[in-house]
Amino acid sequence: MYEGAVQDLIDELGRLPGIGPKSAQRIAFHLLQTDPTEARRLADAITRVKATMRFCVQCHNVSQAEHCRICLDPRRDDTLLCVVEEPRDVVAIERTREFRGRYHVLGGAISPIDGIGPDQLHIRELVLRLDAEPVAEVILATNPNVEGEATASYLSRLLATLEVRATRLASGLPVGGDLDYADEVTLGRAFSGRRDVGI
Amino acid sequence: MPSYRDQGVVLRTYRLGETDRIVHLLTRGRGKVRAVAKGVRRPGSRFGGRLEAYSLVDLQLHEGRNLDVVTQAELLTAHAEVRADYARSAAAAVMVELADQVVQEGEAEPEVLELLLAGLGALAAGPDDPSVFVDAYLLRLAGLVGFPATAAVCAACQAPGPHVFLSVRAGGALCPDCAPAGTRAVDPEVVASLAQLAAIGEWASLPRLAREHPVARRTAAAYARAFVEHHLDRRLRSYEHVPRP
Repeated sequence: MYEGAVQDLIDELGRLPGIGPKSAQRIAFHLLQTDPTEARRLADAITRVKATMRFCVQCHNVSQAEHCRICLDPRRDDTLLCVVEEPRDVVAIERTREFRGRYHVLGGAISPIDGIGPDQLHIRELVLRLDAEPVAEVILATNPNVEGEATASYLSRLLATLEVRATRLASGLPVGGDLDYADEVTLGRAFSGRRDVGI
Repeated sequence: MPSYRDQGVVLRTYRLGETDRIVHLLTRGRGKVRAVAKGVRRPGSRFGGRLEAYSLVDLQLHEGRNLDVVTQAELLTAHAEVRADYARSAAAAVMVELADQVVQEGEAEPEVLELLLAGLGALAAGPDDPSVFVDAYLLRLAGLVGFPATAAVCAACQAPGPHVFLSVRAGGALCPDCAPAGTRAVDPEVVASLAQLAAIGEWASLPRLAREHPVARRTAAAYARAFVEHHLDRRLRSYEHVPRP
């Protein structure tokens, strides 16, 4: 136990995801020894992000205004809607420069074991968007794990009742990987999702 | 640190750090095992796809101080069909949640593992209504760990049945002499449904039970949940997410 402010800082840092007691202590002492302007810059960044950032009212991505820059961009294809779990998935897909449609962030994935069902996600808002926007295809880009698959399955059934075309991101071999190191599930999916490379 | 090999079902996983996962396993030899699987969230991971929930895997692990470490994993049964369907995945979530809660680390429970594998196998077969397998699993697991739901005889005096007074606290059906005042009498079909749900071994006829006696089956399902939550003193978070007809 340290005195006053140092212990308070260690306690607060320890609340952050992935930061254990030892890491919290290390970061706290780093901040204690660092230049005051650097520490203030960090404090300002935290204060500013809480004061200025919010979630886009349309797609639920992080945004500085009521609508995010992707929702405001007129060059985006309104007929394609990519559904992702988290805002960081939007960034990952944007890095590919392959997708020019719009996004819908669910805010997580269905996980019954954690008590998270469809009602805890932005699925109702997705249905409202599909009613109001000229979407022709919904791309389900949830993670290829048990929660992401359950979410994609739930959404695909829902979209079928709304008569909207739903597609799922392909699963398969990582570029640069070796075939014999691939696990059976991934390799099996790569086979079932194979495509023509015809002449 | 010594290493060991065991087979087990992946019950659930938690994210750890940037690319790792903590995996809860129900193993044949050591009961529940908690282990770290390093780097499995990377797309190029050599065994990430094998350590998804509901998979039966053959594992090589190193013993650790708090958590063991998975060093190799071979897939025996993926149960991928279960993960690919929302209703079946939600049903499987109840099964693994209860197994995770009742099995202790270091205590082998081979019968519980076999029951879980049978339940996952029944779900993988693609039933129209997976929820009936959940109800059966709950009662059967409770029976395996010492809390059988008694349907054929009176739960208090063992007088031969069938009896129609159902009590969660008493552990099953009660005869008119043993039933406390105010105990609700149910349709005999409910008690018959309970007996069928709780009988270890039979899974194939359960969908027919659900189709032919939908009302009795709904009452039996509500009883199964109340029974397990009372006697095992566990609340099942995933139960409410299982779609029911």
